[in-house]
Amino acid sequence: MSSIYVDHAATTPMVESALLAMTAQLAQLGNPSSLHTHGRATRKTLEDARETLAKEIGSLPSEVIFTASGTEANNIALKGLYWAGREVGKKIVVISSIEHHAILDPAHWLATHEGAEVIEIPVNSDGVINLDFLKDLVKTRGEEIAVISVMHANNETGAIQPVSEVVAIAGEIAVHTDAVQSFKKVPLSFAQLGVTAMSLSAHKIGGPLGIGALILKRGVEIPSLLHGGGQEREIRSGTLNAPSIVAFATAATSSYYNAGAVVGLRDRFISSVQALIPDAVINALAAARLPGIVNVTFPGTQSDTLLLLMDGQHISCSTGSACSAGVHEASHVLLAMGHSEISAQSSLRFSFGATSTASECDFVVSVLPDVIARGRAANLP
Amino acid sequence: MKLIAAMSGGVDSAVAAARAVEAGHEVIGVHLALSANPQKYRSGARGCCTIEDSHDARRAADVIGIPFYIWDMAEEFHDGVVEDFLAEYAAGRTPNPCLRCNEKIKFAAVLDRARAMGFDGVVTGHYARTEIGENGKTLHRAVDHSKDQSYVLSVLTVEQIEGAVFPLGDTTKVDIRKEAEARGLAVAQKPDSHDICFVPSGDNAGWLRDRLGSDVGPIVDQSGTKIGEHKGAYTYTIGQRKGLGLTIPTPDGSPRFVLKIEPVTNTVVVGAREDLAVTIMRGERPVWCGPAVDHAHRIGFVQIRAHGAALPCTYYVENGLLVAILDEALLGLATGQAMVIYDGDRVVGSATICETE
Repeated sequence: MSSIYVDHAATTPMVESALLAMTAQLAQLGNPSSLHTHGRATRKTLEDARETLAKEIGSLPSEVIFTASGTEANNIALKGLYWAGREVGKKIVVISSIEHHAILDPAHWLATHEGAEVIEIPVNSDGVINLDFLKDLVKTRGEEIAVISVMHANNETGAIQPVSEVVAIAGEIAVHTDAVQSFKKVPLSFAQLGVTAMSLSAHKIGGPLGIGALILKRGVEIPSLLHGGGQEREIRSGTLNAPSIVAFATAATSSYYNAGAVVGLRDRFISSVQALIPDAVINALAAARLPGIVNVTFPGTQSDTLLLLMDGQHISCSTGSACSAGVHEASHVLLAMGHSEISAQSSLRFSFGATSTASECDFVVSVLPDVIARGRAANLP
Repeated sequence: MKLIAAMSGGVDSAVAAARAVEAGHEVIGVHLALSANPQKYRSGARGCCTIEDSHDARRAADVIGIPFYIWDMAEEFHDGVVEDFLAEYAAGRTPNPCLRCNEKIKFAAVLDRARAMGFDGVVTGHYARTEIGENGKTLHRAVDHSKDQSYVLSVLTVEQIEGAVFPLGDTTKVDIRKEAEARGLAVAQKPDSHDICFVPSGDNAGWLRDRLGSDVGPIVDQSGTKIGEHKGAYTYTIGQRKGLGLTIPTPDGSPRFVLKIEPVTNTVVVGAREDLAVTIMRGERPVWCGPAVDHAHRIGFVQIRAHGAALPCTYYVENGLLVAILDEALLGLATGQAMVIYDGDRVVGSATICETE
């Protein structure tokens, strides 16, 4: 039996056109920073790709800084905007309590090593940030805030965050948004949103692994993390990865992802789960959500057991965001939404993507009752 | 059979998993995370509890070609093994944590969970054998007596032995390393782990002192006369001669040995070598690895340390306690250790030593 992949929020298959564009560019010789014919040829292709990507995200081409990952884009933005703020005495970093570790960890690193004060915006039980909290904070301590970082949509629950409202509340304060999960899934425009900085990643949209972008408003100067040739606005150094950049832009223009179809699968899945496992809790159900992500709590189970059993049925799903040590920990996102440690550890994330089908969705649903029953039996005191 | 292979990241459990796959079983590799805050790298003699070890286990599973998961058993391990270890020392006994880990984690928490999930048993890299005879499945010593681990498995009940698969019992350690090499397993030359896995420094006495405090107390002779001071009674072991720091010599200049540890009064009693002699031991909470032993006197062997000698004895059960009468007296026997009875190579059962005479 073939295996079923319902973990598209982790990574998703490459679009064929991106794969072809990438392999073609891999065969081309030339460092885009070189001044000769070979260099210029690569530079031309690369800048075409930058313009394409800029158009897709609604920014100026000069606002696109290519990075090696979404994580790197997040680090450059958060640390850079903090350091820039600290120059003028602003030492508060505001993040939401449900950020990905690629924001959470740099923020806490800034607190431990760089004198930052980190303030987390709480979320409601549907995983959406509390704007009143932010309003009060900006009112009382706005002068001290260096940066506010709120993700565009959460990677575990899919809950979309009110980033436009954050920007309005922030006023002059720099706002960063991690839009890695949202790009190409829901309408997204850098200019319309009005944020200072935005992080993107290619492999979540059918592009290759190892390439991301920081979209940084023109005129905003921040210190670098990587020093060297100064290739990307003196903010990010390193020879530009032309094959991956070309593939990133190609994936961004493809019509590979059909949001309506993915929403259909997600809702089909949710209603089946609700019918078959009545005590299952669909997290963030009342929030506006990304098309593909469903996060379900199955009371009386342990998610690592469920994952093993699903895997045994050749179904790849997730316990939330992957953890390097491999030990499953209670999700900070679900805890922030009010789950207990126990119920947070009883949850699975299913994420549908461009290649998902109704028969895959139905197969996952068909094995769930037995998996949940075994998972409950194995959840010994 | 559908089996869970417990993979520590060491060479033995990796080869055990590979052999189980080759024998035709459906095998899934599981690494048990036993520490809530694992260290990044191995240090000293440890071999199962660091992130590096979990990566080694994952790599071995990938090379063998089996699914691999990590199970977080840190809480169970802390409650069942580490706390027990501390409590036993605090009570003046000398526990064996590996035995407790087999009893409460590997063949209890893991086996129970595996069975509930639809698996038939657990494969480990222990050096021991099982045989199926008229009395069902029984536990036996490994062929390589120098590596034999049947002692630390002697706490398994018949039902647990039913669910245990030990593929390495017929092979020597040297050959297991060669086999790992031939199978392309990178852990082939990984050093053996020894010492206690949750005492990273290997400094058992220091680790106990940090947790149990270091109340100074008297060292007395058998008449009760104070002849010195100790730095925490639980850091001493019955039969210990070195490190007592006594300056008052015995009349005949003969050395003194720890005879008794009295936790309530925080006293260490010392005496002459011959006072250590034990011929009868009694053990509580007996566990039978096959047919239960009754009051009838039987001839066999008793072993009181993981790699100790098998001592000829007569054994039986009296008032719920397992009794062993040694053919020859033994010097220095600590309560808290396991007494394991053997009938030839077969493990009859075990109990925790609570009294000696």
